[in-house]
Amino acid sequence: MSLAFLIGPLAIGGIAAVLAGIISVVDSIVNNYGECKIDINSGQKSLTVTGGSSLLQLLAQERIFVPSACGGRGSCGVCKVRVLSDVGPILPTELPYLEEEERENGTRLSCQIKVKDDMDIEIPEELFNIKEIRGVVEEINDMTHDIKEVRVKLIDPPQLEFKAGQYAQLESKPYGKIKEPAQRAYSMSSPPHDRDHLEFYVRLVPGGIVTTWTFEELQEGEKIRLIAPIGDFHMRDTDALKVMIAGGSGMAPIKSIVLDMWEKGDTDKPVWFFFGARTRKDLFYTEKLKEIESKWENFHFIEALSEPTPEDKWDGEVGLITDVLDRYFKGEMNTNGKPMEGYLCGSPGMIDACIAVMTKNGIPEDKIYYDKFA
Amino acid sequence: MNPPPVNLAVLLFASVFTSNILLANFLGMCSFISISKDVTSSNGLGMAVILVLTVTTAVNWVVLRYVLIPLGLVYLRFIIFIVVIAAVVQVLEMVIERISEALYIALGIFLPLITVNCAILGVSLFMFIREYSFVQTVIYGFGSGVGWWLAILALSTIRQRVEKAPVPAGLKGPGITLITIGFMAMAFMGFSGMLQVQ
Repeated sequence: MSLAFLIGPLAIGGIAAVLAGIISVVDSIVNNYGECKIDINSGQKSLTVTGGSSLLQLLAQERIFVPSACGGRGSCGVCKVRVLSDVGPILPTELPYLEEEERENGTRLSCQIKVKDDMDIEIPEELFNIKEIRGVVEEINDMTHDIKEVRVKLIDPPQLEFKAGQYAQLESKPYGKIKEPAQRAYSMSSPPHDRDHLEFYVRLVPGGIVTTWTFEELQEGEKIRLIAPIGDFHMRDTDALKVMIAGGSGMAPIKSIVLDMWEKGDTDKPVWFFFGARTRKDLFYTEKLKEIESKWENFHFIEALSEPTPEDKWDGEVGLITDVLDRYFKGEMNTNGKPMEGYLCGSPGMIDACIAVMTKNGIPEDKIYYDKFA
Repeated sequence: MNPPPVNLAVLLFASVFTSNILLANFLGMCSFISISKDVTSSNGLGMAVILVLTVTTAVNWVVLRYVLIPLGLVYLRFIIFIVVIAAVVQVLEMVIERISEALYIALGIFLPLITVNCAILGVSLFMFIREYSFVQTVIYGFGSGVGWWLAILALSTIRQRVEKAPVPAGLKGPGITLITIGFMAMAFMGFSGMLQVQ
C-alpha cells in the first residue's frame, strides 16, 4: 500500500507546527518584559509584576480592582487611570473615551495599556478599599412585580465598611447559553451599620444577563462573588438642604443614605425625598419610610405616581417626578436662599430631566450628585 | 530552476511602475479602496505592505525551494503560502510592538489587515510562476510593495481633492474612486511601453 497520499497532509501539518513553534518562541522572547515595578500615587503602594499584560489585568492580580464594566475589552471607558510615566501615545482604541483635558493630564484606559516597563500611576484612593467579597444569599424577596431584593450574608471578609450610596459589582454564574460570568453594578440598599450583610434591589431588565440570572437562577443559600465598595455617590457632610430623588430601583442608594443618617442621629438638616413610580404596584418600601418620616421632624417623604390607574385609588401626588419636584420647589419646600444639594438615582433620562429642574430652582450644578443606571 | 535573465534594476523599475501590482494586475483592491480616504493611514498601510511583501515573498521562496519542490508538493502552494504569510505577519507584529511604540502605532495596527490582502499572495504566486532566483524575489517583493505604496498614496491625495469637487450624487464615494483608479491605471500603462517583465 502506498502511503504517498500522507505526504501532503503531513507536510502541511509539519509546516504549520514549525510556524506555530516559531510564533510561540518569538512570543516568549519578545513579549517577555521581565519584572516591572508599578508605583501607585507616588509611593503609597508599590507592586512588582510580570510585564506583558494589560495594566488592568495586572492590577487585578494584585487585588486592586479598577472598575471596568466591559471586562477589559475597551468598550466602556470606565477603567481610567492617570499614567505619569511615558507609555507612548494614546491609542486609537482609547481616543473616543478621553476628554480633551484627560488627554493632556495623562489619563488612559488601563485595559489598553500594556505594562512593558516600570511605571508610575495615579488612582483614586478609594480603589484600595475595593475588595473581592464572597457571600451567601440569605434571602430573595419580591419587592414589586419586577424588582427583587437580594440579601447577602458576607463570608469572606465577614464585614465590610462602605459609605451609604456606594455600589458593588455583582457577578453572575454561567447559565443556559451564557458561558461566562458577567459583572454588573448594583447599589447597596442596606445601610453601612448592617455590617455583615449587603442588600440590593435588582430590577428585571428584559434580556439582561445578570438580572435574568438573579430572577431565574439564583437561589437562597447560593454562594456568590462581589466586588465592593465602589463609587463616589455618597452624602456630603454639609448643612445644606438635601433634595433626594429616586426612580424605581434607584431607591437603593437613597434608602441606604436615609437609614444611615437616621441611625447616626444626623437629623438636624432638612431632607426631602421624592420617590417616583408609574403605578401603585411599582411602589415599595414606602411604609417604612413613612414611619421614619413620622418620627424625624426634618425628613419629608413624597411618593408620586406618573400614571395611576383607577384601581389604584391614589390620592397622593400625581405627575412626572420632575413636575412634582418643581411644584414643591415653588411651594412647600420653602427654599428661598438656603444652600441646597441634590442627590439622584435612576434612569439617565430621569436624572437629566431632574438636573434641569434643580438648576432652574437654584441648586448649582456642582452640588448635584447622581448615580445613573448605565 | 532557471531564473529569467532579468537585470535587477530593470526588475525593480518594472515591479514599481510598468507591472504595478495594483494598477496592472488589480490585486489588493479592497484595502486600496477602503483605506485610501485618509492620507496618513494610506501611508502607514503602504509602508506595512512594503515590509510584509518583502519578508513574506522571501520566506515563501525558501519554503518553496527547500520544502515544496523537493517533496513534490508544489500543488499545495496556495495553502502553504497563506499559512506562512499569516505566521510571518504575527511575528512581525510582535517584534514591531517590542522595538518601537511609534512604529507599532504607525504600522502595527495595519498588519492584521494585510494578512488577507490578495496582493501579498499574488506576489508570492508570481514569484513562483516566473521562476525568480532568491535575489530577484526579494527585489520583486520589495518593488511590488513600493508600487502598492505609491499607488495608494497617489489615490488618497487625489481623493482628498475629489472630495471637494462637484461629483454627481450617484457617483460619490466608491463610484468616483473606481473611475479615478481607472484613469490611474491608464496612466501607468504608459510606462509599459518602456519595458516589460513577465
